[in-house]
Amino acid sequence: MKQTVLTVQKNLPLTGSVREMTLSGDLSAVTRPGQFVNLKLDGFYLRRPISVCDKDGDALTLIYKVVGDGTRAMADYGQGKEIDCLVGLGNGYDTALSGDAPLLVGGGVGVPPLYWLAKTLIAEGKRVTAILGFNTADEVFYENEFRTLGAKVIVTTVDGSYGQKGFVTNALAGLDYTYVYTCGPEPMLRALYRATTLDGQYSFERRMGCGFGACMGCTCKTVAGNKRICREGPVLKRGEILWED
Amino acid sequence: MGRLNVTLCGIELDNPVIPASGTFGFGYEFADYYDINELGTFSFKGTTALPRFGNPTPRIAETPSGMLNAVGLQNPGVDRVIAEELPKMKRVFSKPVMTNVSGFSVGEYVEVVEKLDGEEAVGWFEVNISCPNVHGGGMSFGTDPKAAAEVTRAVRKATKKPIILKLSPNVTDVTEIARAVESAGADGVSLINTLLGMRIDLARKRPLLANTTGGLSGPAVFPVALRMVYQTAKAVKIPVVGMGGVGRAEDVIEMMLAGATAVEVGAANLVDPYACRDIIRDLPGVMDKYGIENLQDIIGGAIQ
Repeated sequence: MKQTVLTVQKNLPLTGSVREMTLSGDLSAVTRPGQFVNLKLDGFYLRRPISVCDKDGDALTLIYKVVGDGTRAMADYGQGKEIDCLVGLGNGYDTALSGDAPLLVGGGVGVPPLYWLAKTLIAEGKRVTAILGFNTADEVFYENEFRTLGAKVIVTTVDGSYGQKGFVTNALAGLDYTYVYTCGPEPMLRALYRATTLDGQYSFERRMGCGFGACMGCTCKTVAGNKRICREGPVLKRGEILWED
Repeated sequence: MGRLNVTLCGIELDNPVIPASGTFGFGYEFADYYDINELGTFSFKGTTALPRFGNPTPRIAETPSGMLNAVGLQNPGVDRVIAEELPKMKRVFSKPVMTNVSGFSVGEYVEVVEKLDGEEAVGWFEVNISCPNVHGGGMSFGTDPKAAAEVTRAVRKATKKPIILKLSPNVTDVTEIARAVESAGADGVSLINTLLGMRIDLARKRPLLANTTGGLSGPAVFPVALRMVYQTAKAVKIPVVGMGGVGRAEDVIEMMLAGATAVEVGAANLVDPYACRDIIRDLPGVMDKYGIENLQDIIGGAIQ
């Protein structure tokens, strides 16, 4: 973890409510895909945790959905805006366990952290398949970006307005894969957990206070005892997960 | 003594800045960010007799200039605190630590204090009778003068170390509770714990916190906390530890002028892990600006 000031380079819409922000600065503490950053926004008390979509040298890409007052304010940040950030938070994905043909499954704004993961796995010589799930055609983003990396990409939409109709789990049939990496809404994670028996890593989301392990605001129960989503997570191994009812 | 030194219940502090319980764990995680021996001391995570998971999530909500928490005293229980957490703490912190304890019965407070009393690292006990996020204990002891005095008397018999009772702001007259624990043998009081509050999630039309209510902290509560510290300092002779929304050196000085001997910093640590270090570094400059030579001399200076 490192506290640093990042400077906004770009902040553009990808869809109606999802935006892509590129920032530059000292990213030495950002070491793994699946980690997140915690942004201090003017006029808001708590920081906003956002997963890292990509790190390329000193350039950081974040993709976020405008859902509340904080992200709405963030949407107005222009080039040159400086943001106080805690970077390099969370454990991130471990690519060593992937086997040679990992499957990446993302839902909505769970898709972004899988981008840098796909890039890393492909650089390691692995054959990556990515299922990107959205509700409707106008919510789809990053399909081409994943394809450009060299991943096999399947897009699903719940209403069938683009790609394969249905949920991400409807796209599993016939796929050949060695391991699962996923990020998305908890019902999707749970459905995927049930739909496959292969080992994998699941990234969870919780409301956080601090983002670095101090407040115990985001604790969850796991097979291996209590874990803080912000510190021992957000990525849990399949075998650690205890689903809450 | 240096300009920043104060004496709290007979133990000298290098400065009055103390990270508050529940915002600093057992210290060692912050030691990755800076040398936590720069602190006066810190109050460690509230410890109970048995391990506690705490409340379901969401446990955190943002508010204007502050936050709500309903963590619910998550901790590994006193035995594991002694076996696992304190050894890790002692590797990075060499000063007496403020030892925060909680309970659901008078007997539980006593049990936890007795078990920790033999630990050399324990400087003071901070006895939390004001947690708003647990049921059947916590705050129920801190909102009734008789129950507060009963806990104080029992803990008083269990240790010779200084005991500081942590008081709730969720009462009509905090000085009544403060006087009750003073009469029962408390060496000090600390206040305020969080103010009971809530938020509603408009999308779900349900309380945002799984616990329905939570404790409000952050700059929003500072004026309320300052007023209660002032009233309490006027009402009792024992030292008062002030807290509630403190985020900068100026706030520390206001608290001390209102009667605080030392000052705890809570929510600010969660927004900025360097908050306490920076407050301590800023203190001499702010003291110069307002013509303050020594902090010990200004305690209660604004009381009239």
